[in-house]
Amino acid sequence: MRFIPHTEADVAAMLAVIGAPDVESLFASIPASVRLGRELNLPQGFSEAETLSHLGALAKNNAHSASHSFFLGAGVYSHYIPSVVNHLASKPEFSTSYTPYQAEISQGTLQAIYEYQTLLCQLTGMDVANASLYEGASATAEACLMAMRLTGRHRVVMAKGLHPEYRQVVDTYLRHTGGETMEVGWDEDGRVEDLSGALNEETAALLVQSPNFFGVVEDLAPLVQAAHDKGALFVHVVTEGISLGLLKASGDLGADIVAGEGQSFGIPMSFGGPFLGLFATREAYVRQMPGRLVGQTVDTEGRRGYVLTAATREQHIRRAKATSNICTNEGLCALRAAVYLSALGRQGLRELAVQNALGAERAKKLIQELPGFEIPFSAPTFNEFVVKVPFPAAEVTARLRQAGILGGLDLGRWYPEFQKDPGTSHLLFCVTEENPPEAVDVLVGALRGLKSLREPAAEGSTR
Amino acid sequence: MKDPASPARGRPDRVGASGLILNEPLIFERSSPGRQAYSLSSSPDGLAELSEVLPPTLCREEIPGFPEVSEVDLVRHYTRLAGWNYSVDHGFYPLGSCTMKYNPKVNEDVAAMAGFARLHPYQEEEACQGALALLWELDLALREITGMDRMVLQPTAGAQGELTGMMLIRAHLTDQGNPRRKVLLPDSAHGTNPASSTLCGYEVVEIKSDERGLMNLRALETTMDDETAALMLTNPNTLGLFEEDIKAICQIVHDRGGFVYCDGANMNALMGIARMGDMGMDVVQLNLHKTFSTPHGGGGPGAGPVGVKKILEPYLPVPVIEKRGERYHFNYDIPHSIGKVRSFYGNFGILVRAYSYICSMGRDGLKRASQMAVLNANYLCARLKGRYYLTYDRTCMHECVLSDKHQQAHGVRTSDIAKRLMDYGFHPPTIYFPLIVKGAMMIEPTETESRETLDEFIEAMLAIADEAERAPGLIQSAPHFPKTSRLDEVKAAREPVLRWQEDSPP
Repeated sequence: MRFIPHTEADVAAMLAVIGAPDVESLFASIPASVRLGRELNLPQGFSEAETLSHLGALAKNNAHSASHSFFLGAGVYSHYIPSVVNHLASKPEFSTSYTPYQAEISQGTLQAIYEYQTLLCQLTGMDVANASLYEGASATAEACLMAMRLTGRHRVVMAKGLHPEYRQVVDTYLRHTGGETMEVGWDEDGRVEDLSGALNEETAALLVQSPNFFGVVEDLAPLVQAAHDKGALFVHVVTEGISLGLLKASGDLGADIVAGEGQSFGIPMSFGGPFLGLFATREAYVRQMPGRLVGQTVDTEGRRGYVLTAATREQHIRRAKATSNICTNEGLCALRAAVYLSALGRQGLRELAVQNALGAERAKKLIQELPGFEIPFSAPTFNEFVVKVPFPAAEVTARLRQAGILGGLDLGRWYPEFQKDPGTSHLLFCVTEENPPEAVDVLVGALRGLKSLREPAAEGSTR
Repeated sequence: MKDPASPARGRPDRVGASGLILNEPLIFERSSPGRQAYSLSSSPDGLAELSEVLPPTLCREEIPGFPEVSEVDLVRHYTRLAGWNYSVDHGFYPLGSCTMKYNPKVNEDVAAMAGFARLHPYQEEEACQGALALLWELDLALREITGMDRMVLQPTAGAQGELTGMMLIRAHLTDQGNPRRKVLLPDSAHGTNPASSTLCGYEVVEIKSDERGLMNLRALETTMDDETAALMLTNPNTLGLFEEDIKAICQIVHDRGGFVYCDGANMNALMGIARMGDMGMDVVQLNLHKTFSTPHGGGGPGAGPVGVKKILEPYLPVPVIEKRGERYHFNYDIPHSIGKVRSFYGNFGILVRAYSYICSMGRDGLKRASQMAVLNANYLCARLKGRYYLTYDRTCMHECVLSDKHQQAHGVRTSDIAKRLMDYGFHPPTIYFPLIVKGAMMIEPTETESRETLDEFIEAMLAIADEAERAPGLIQSAPHFPKTSRLDEVKAAREPVLRWQEDSPP
């Protein structure tokens, strides 16, 4: 066994020191009545080559963003990951270390996380950011719990343009903590509808995602004002981090908490995880913040160094009274984000965001010109947009896949509002810097081709 | 034994105890306007103007303070930072209850395969059958290892697994008419247990361990009542001791309609030997970043799958993976589901690594891992207990808990010993936990460490015990050789500096 170094001589020598007759005797405290009493019903171990071949076969049985032209988004984005990110994040000094409780021999992780916290503050315009939460949806739920603690109120109002899975996770987290959620719909332009009836003196927080699940950029300033007028906190939820490089900073707009997903910052899609829960807030709220924080300090000789701090909020000190139960977080993903954001830098992130917005706009315009296709929402979008298609969703996506294209995403899966018109569907498309104009043109051509395939059916032939 | 301390600052005479340390500022302090470590592909002609797409009122001009560095700057920066970290690939990492075993390299190669890393969670089922098959096979393997009826792979980490498990219990009890009010915990429990119980709406009641360091059956009997939803138990417990009365414990809880939740953080002692399901436990979470070798990443990502008995299956979070014929499906139609604890299907990339590990180890390898983990822990304990106080002197499982009781007479405390171990080239054990042992040092060697490595660590510990008697100052002022000397945690907490600012002093 290549990961276990013990020879039989080692085992014998060690047993002699312990004074035990055999290895079996070390397990004497486990009563026979709970012993397995047989071997595990699992295969024998594979060689390294067999492991690679077995898992390689499973991997081959998946389509992916390199095998297909790729237009899926909806909270998980296909962005180019610079080589430098993979190489630096793969360093075993980072990847095989533990949570940096022992600061003196963890300064690499601690400084990197301190840099990540700073980058996230700069990006969001907030005062403090934590060392990461699990992913966007549970980070959003933690934001709700924090708002409830800060306001002493119990109701959370969520725009339906907030990712459906995020809303589901918020509901799950709040169910047993005295919280209650309500949802508000959207206007015909795709932005959140009038909130006047939804907010009141019981509202702890208003949650709005922007760009929202439909790709639409919300006008946040009046929404922040509406929340604050009722004494509620405003939580800006972000699922596409690249948008932060171009859109007004949440902190400058008055947001109290920014929560969301950092996957776009150099983290592979990996079928939905591991990802990076973003969390930033105002300085006044630090003591109610969930998750770990890295702070600057000095050593005995006055040299600058970093430690985990404000631990009195956390479960290992506070136990049942902690601000959260989180322990292991997503440290290596935060490091990836730090490397990625530093690689792009002050100019690069903005340029990338602009390229996403303009590329997606081009695709949106080309699709809009196709006969029978509509762009239902008129508000500005970032790198995703909804298309109303004159065919059932399954038919469209199956045909696109035959043409080597993955996407769009059927919104009817979560929104009955989009299923009202039989024979049509609402699909979400995402266009990033990974989709060159030629690939967009192929997509548009494939969508145009759907019509000709439909015509024989209209003449009565069976399908 | 060699005299470990040279006259200067007590430099241990040991290869690999110190090395080259290069200084490095913050990335922001390396910034120079106009630099960039990224190359954008060119944009096509004829695109719209930005202002036609997004009105300027919605946009920002720039990101104040964001760094501007070249690729060389970036590589040197993080390579130098990496040099300040200790890691499993550097050496022995005996953190108790953390199971810092070696992380096989092949698992990283597998997780990076395009068919896994470049897979989107909303691809249609036909386009991701390989990923679904992997999840299904991992589910089956973990069921077999734990003796449970079904796994939930969604939870991101151990603590989220705890929350999920407690929610499943609560959902069932609510269906029965009363969710109940309390959760019982031994005083040796991990801090996440009470925090997760609170998040699930329960009040926590602590049970004092008995003189063996085990669950006090009499106390459990008198505390367990019709308002208690569950007992949360770690087995082996955080003292590294197996709860011998586990069947009786489960009986007491079940007799009063409660559930037994097992914190599976310490599964590394039991693979192929005993199973939570056979012990009568109803729910268990596994920490794949512990027992199943996925790298800890300086604090995650991990994964915390939960195994349950059949009675809790109607409440599983969605989606539940199913196999019909040769096809795999996600089933979202679970009428009594608790909902979701995170987006999508869990930390898939970590699940891939854990599955790869199980394939590599196989049934004999997993059992051998647990056997050697227990052998290593008992070996360390046997050789150290003469010099370090052992509160509960019993055969341990995968870890043992010593304390600084003997060293305190010389003014040397556990935290000092931990810092001094760094000078000897080792990561310290878990310290001051479990809370029921004063000045605890919780040592978990894992199976991947050789006898020679353990001997080196033992010699360092014995040398420190000598130093405590002869030269306590050397230990109290440790560490002497890492990047920084002892850091002022009180200052960090009292005067929080949580981010760099443009006008920060260097």
